[in-house]
Parts: sequence; structure tokens; C-alpha cells
Amino acid sequence: MDFKLKALTKSIWVFHVSAGSCNNCDIEILDCLTPRFDLERFGIQLIGSVRHADAILITGAMNRKSVPRMKKIYEQAPKPCVVVAVGQCALSRHMFRFSYNVKEPLDNILPVDLYIPGCPPRPEAIIDGIVKLVNKIRENK
Amino acid sequence: MLKTFLSYLIFPGFLFSACAGLIACWIDRKVTARIQWRVGPPWHQNFTDIIKLLGKETIVPSDSSKWTFLLAPCLGVLGLILATTIIGRAALVPSESFLGDLIVVLYLLIIPAVAMIIAGASSGNPLASVGVSREMKLVLAYELPFLLSVTAVIIKCNGAIQFAGILNHQLNFASNIASFSGILAFVAALICMQAKLGLAPFDISEADQELMGGVLIEYSGLPLALFKLTKAMLLYTSPLLLIVLFFGKDLSLLFILLKFVGILVVFILIKNTNPRLRIDQALRFFWGPVTLLALLANGLALLGY
Repeated sequence: MDFKLKALTKSIWVFHVSAGSCNNCDIEILDCLTPRFDLERFGIQLIGSVRHADAILITGAMNRKSVPRMKKIYEQAPKPCVVVAVGQCALSRHMFRFSYNVKEPLDNILPVDLYIPGCPPRPEAIIDGIVKLVNKIRENK
Repeated sequence: MLKTFLSYLIFPGFLFSACAGLIACWIDRKVTARIQWRVGPPWHQNFTDIIKLLGKETIVPSDSSKWTFLLAPCLGVLGLILATTIIGRAALVPSESFLGDLIVVLYLLIIPAVAMIIAGASSGNPLASVGVSREMKLVLAYELPFLLSVTAVIIKCNGAIQFAGILNHQLNFASNIASFSGILAFVAALICMQAKLGLAPFDISEADQELMGGVLIEYSGLPLALFKLTKAMLLYTSPLLLIVLFFGKDLSLLFILLKFVGILVVFILIKNTNPRLRIDQALRFFWGPVTLLALLANGLALLGY
């Protein structure tokens, strides 16, 4: 079991979903893969299909259109799979909290495992969050 | 009997080729990372990926045909194990190869692509079916010049269709690459292998950005691990085949390793410096210039160059 868990935390394939973000967080996520930060050192990769995913990374406020699709995507992911909310919008709806179009925050819809605040969060903050999540998973099991 | 069994399962066969293939995949990722000025993953990264995939849930989509969906990856791996073992044993002990094993290997090397086609078609996903149609066209495109470049080798070796004969001829005279026809045939075969491996200018059927994994889109867990393993083993098998066909002069361990890494790095450099082609461009490319190149190699080989 421990062996499997170690493999899981050493090879995280990330499926990136933009649930109506302004693309600023998305750019910061791509920054994590650039030469300066290079998350592939730790086996973290962006992949195309949610069926391959170990982590679903969500940016943006959840608007009415994206909520049912988001649920569908989460159901399609093979478990164990963690949900990561990146950016203030995904955390708390930020400036859209009184909007007619954004009914409820992300953690009312999906079980979120990691919150990374910031508008947008710096790549260092994202990496720090991932390290904390990995440590938490390793301690819990 | 036991020896045959072990050779299929362990030494030149499954276990060895899987490990060698995963290491080759790591070389691919590492060199790619260095080209992009990154550090790149540690050497055991691909092993970790496979172990992780074995521990994940396997999802079978409700509108797929279940047994075909689950058996297609096994088909790919099994076909490739046979091909790898035959090539590996021919390189180790040429006297044990049988008549026509080159042709058997050429057939067996198509099986991974056929498995991909079956897999994508059975998964019932529209994006996968687009990937399948592209994969099918790509197989049709690269098989013609690939077979032509192999015939150039056969002509060069006085009609030997056995690995032992080809290796013997190269041992007695010179490597096939050390002639005009050999160089042309090698270039054609290298480009075809690039497409067989599904690397960058020809990664049309997987196309992460447009098809989201293409034929593999619905796969997760164990079947996905098998497909990744097939890809990795192919990355070991195809340079080995090129070495046997074109660089057969000196097959000592050091030289075979150097040649292997050399061919691998050429694959990786082509992958990293070329954007993806459209399927019609790929078809035109393979049936046009590459086929001409292979035909020219055949002609030169017939004339004795």
C-alpha cells in the first residue's frame, strides 16, 4: 500500500479545467512547467484526458454553465483523484460573489483537497501548495 | 522448452525489453527537458508512472464493447513481446534464427498499431474514433516506404530474409549503412520508425492538444499502463531493429549501446524540432519523398552501390 502511495505522489498527472476564469491563473499554472520552475522534475505532467488524471486543477468562478460539466468531469476521473482549487475565484468566488451567474462556491459542489489562494497565485505558491498536499496525503495513510 | 519460455518472458523478451524501453522513455524525457533548458525527471520516473497506473481505478465506458476494450492493450503487448524476442535473440545468437523471421517481425510490428486502432474503435468516444481514422491512414502511409527500405537491405544482403543472413553479410563485408543505398534506406526507415513510434511530427493520432489523447482518451488504470508499456517497448524495439538491419557490423555490448542511444537521440531531436503535420500532409510526405527515397535506395542496391 505504501509503495503504491509513494508512486502516486511521485507521479501526479494533472487535468486542468478552466471553469470560467480570466486566464491569469492558467498562465501561472503553465509557468510552473517552464524552465524556471519545471514541475516535471517531480513527475507532474499536464495531460489531455480526465481518464488519465490524478489531480483535477480548477481555476475560475463556477458559473451556472460550468457546474454540471464540472460534476461530470469529476465523475469521469478514476479514483483516487484529488481536486485542487487555484486562485481566489475558485476559492471564494472573489469579485463575482454577488453575481447572478455564480450561484455557489466550488467547495459546495466538489470535495476540494487543496486551496491555493492568490489573484493569480505565484508559481511558488502553487508548488508550495502541492508539497503540502503530498505531505498531507502521505501522513494520512 | 523452459529456455524458450524464459527467453520470451525474461531476457530478450518481456521483462528486459520493458525495463529497457522505460529507460529509453526516460532518455527521451530527459533529453527533451535539456533541449528546453529544464532539468527533467529522475531516471525511475517512467517506472513510477506505470506502478501508479496499476494502482488506479480502471473505468470501462458504458457504451464501449467491454471485452474488446480490455483485450486490445493485451494484444498490442503480446505482439510486441514476440517481435522483441525474435529480434533480440537474432542479435544475441544469430544461429538460432529461423528462415523468414525478418518478415514475421515486420508483421508483428504492425500489431501495436492495430491494437491501438481496435482500442480506439471499441471505446465509443468520438474523439477516439477521429484518432483511429488518423492512425489507420498513418499506418497505410508509413508501411509502404518502410517495407521498401527493408527490401533495399534484403537486396543488399543477396536476398537474405533471415536476421542471421543479414548479420552475416554485414559481418563479412561492411555495415549496410556504409553504402549509398544503405544511407538512403536508413533515412527512409528512420522517418517511418518516427511515425511508427508516434513521435512528434507524426503524433497525429494522439495529438494531445486537439484530440486530448486521441485513441487513448477513454483508457485509465491497468489498460492505460499496458499501452504506455507498449509505447516504451516500441521505443526499445525499433532502434534495435534499425541496428540489426543497418549497423550489424559490430554487435558487442558497448557498440550496440552507443548505436542504440545514438539512434534514440536522433528520434528525440526530430521530435523536438518539428511541429505536428496534418494527416494529409503526412500521407503526401510518406507516399511522395520518402517512398521515392526508398525506391532510389532499391535501385542503387540493385546496381550494387
